[in-house]
Amino acid sequence: MNSFSKIAVAFASLFLLVSCWGDKDEPNYQYMPNMYEPVGYEAYGKVEFLPNSQEAMLPADNTIPRGWMPYPFENTIEGKELARLNTSPLDPLNSEDNLAQGGQLYTIYCAICHGDKGDGQGTLVKREKILGVPSYDDVARNVTVGTTMHTIQYGLNSMGSYASQMNTEEMWQVSEYVMQLKGELTK
Amino acid sequence: MKKVPYRHPISKILGITVLFFLLLSTSIFAQDEAAAEADSESTEAAAETDGDPAAGKSLFNQNCAACHALNRKMTGPALANVESRLAEDEGLDREWLYRWVKNSPGVISSGDSYANEIYNEYNQAAMTPFPTLSNADIDNILAYTAAPPSTPKPAAAAAGSEGVGGGSGSGSGISNELILGALVLVFGLLVVMLLLVNRTLRRIAEANGVVLEKEQAEKRKPIWKAFVDNQFLVLVSVIVLLLGSAYFAYGWMMQVGVDQGYQPIQPIHYSHRIHAGDNKIECKYCHSSARVSKTSGIPSLNVCMNCHKSIYQVSDETLAEGKQEYGVDYNKEIKKLYAAVGWDDQNQRYTGETKPVEWVRIHNLPDFAYFNHSQHVSVAGIQCQECHGPVEEMEIMYQYSPLTMGWCVNCHRETNVKAEGNEYYEKIHAELSKKYGVEQLTAAQMGGLECGKCHY
Repeated sequence: MNSFSKIAVAFASLFLLVSCWGDKDEPNYQYMPNMYEPVGYEAYGKVEFLPNSQEAMLPADNTIPRGWMPYPFENTIEGKELARLNTSPLDPLNSEDNLAQGGQLYTIYCAICHGDKGDGQGTLVKREKILGVPSYDDVARNVTVGTTMHTIQYGLNSMGSYASQMNTEEMWQVSEYVMQLKGELTK
Repeated sequence: MKKVPYRHPISKILGITVLFFLLLSTSIFAQDEAAAEADSESTEAAAETDGDPAAGKSLFNQNCAACHALNRKMTGPALANVESRLAEDEGLDREWLYRWVKNSPGVISSGDSYANEIYNEYNQAAMTPFPTLSNADIDNILAYTAAPPSTPKPAAAAAGSEGVGGGSGSGSGISNELILGALVLVFGLLVVMLLLVNRTLRRIAEANGVVLEKEQAEKRKPIWKAFVDNQFLVLVSVIVLLLGSAYFAYGWMMQVGVDQGYQPIQPIHYSHRIHAGDNKIECKYCHSSARVSKTSGIPSLNVCMNCHKSIYQVSDETLAEGKQEYGVDYNKEIKKLYAAVGWDDQNQRYTGETKPVEWVRIHNLPDFAYFNHSQHVSVAGIQCQECHGPVEEMEIMYQYSPLTMGWCVNCHRETNVKAEGNEYYEKIHAELSKKYGVEQLTAAQMGGLECGKCHY
């Protein structure tokens, strides 16, 4: 019985050790932390003296991020009407590449609600998480490449702006792809 | 032999319990069916007013639900009982509603007082005109807003399946417990039998006058002394001990700095399982900078609000699942998001008071190693899951891969460079594949093992 209790104690201590190692809330030790940790400010890192103590900040006022172009129309109903006749600045000779690229981006950002065909039947709509997503061939909306760009830029009603996820060229590519989808829907 | 009579009662008890639970679960199911019938009857009664609420519901979901909910302000006002509300409070009839739905900007510009009032109340968000809706369609929608059908079919189906699922679930749990109990019983019997056999054998030995070995052992040399005397054995065991401890020490030292399995608690409980798994949202929807930059990007909260402006609470099933299986109230987590981003859900506008969410970083390469997401995601076209594991199944995100240098190098040795359709690689791929005499170059052959590629 004595040897039995010894074995029991050995197993219990082993169990305790193993359960300590199994703790996954804390990061592991490092050999030389000052080689692991960056000297510069890391993307999304915490920096005490910056606003909100974070490295990530909005672009300074009156500046344009690299890859973006200033968008001339205001986020109003009048602005949207002005944008209706706005045409895509992308090179029509490259339209195949642009549409392919736009299609990929559409699948990532838009298809989840608007559906792969642009009929407003995306996964989230089918699962009844988000409702009332219109089809691009809705006559009353009269979607043009300009209004599509305007809507991606500013968002509309429940839809948010996608200007933080795509640059200007990519937004135009998606707008052109949307017009292709509209063409297929109205056929 | 003694055990045989016990067997029958146990199997009988098992059988009777199973029968008992089967009986119970069928009665539960029958109750649900009765409830469903009652529900459908009540909706039939409601449908007797003019307009078809069922048709109205699909029209409503298709056309109106982007901006209107029944009992809650969204971009536009709540629409439950809108017709009677307008008739009582404003004295407006159905004709006015027809005009408004078909051409709301026209009604506003005609100087209609209530139209302008509501237009200004909702931040001058113009309602899209719906000239395509007929008067009958609008009648249906109004019937739906006046008496929304209590969605009898899905509710009943859910309740039914819950009843059945719950019944079978608890049934299987109980049968598991029964099996475990039976096993424990069998083991207990075995132990008792062993003890009994031991005792009888001892008695027989005593009766026959055999002296047990234990009593003899005391006269022998203790084993540790014998061990110390045998020097060869000491040497061998010391070597074995040293090698063994070296093995474990090596193993321990190699895991220092490796965070595989690291699973911190995040400030907002975000379930990748629901977003990427159930709802099939693309990884790059939120982590959009993985396409174009070094970091994959923690989505800023405006990306959350793209959907959560509309999704202010999770469905009842999801809520129940979260509470039961993970102990999380998902609706409270959405409230945390609203608080952080400064969204006033009651009035549907941003307050401007934000507070950053301090997400805990999980995947972190040391500063002396360079890694670029866009090179792997956009150029190589590698799936996110390749390195991050089955994220779409993770309720709580954890680090799937070790992220060690050996792990990187191994993948570079095994993976072919995706050269087709990439002019940048055309020439070098042609030359190098000729040099190595292969059809497809691996990343390693392209120079993916050079120190300076990642360490500089």
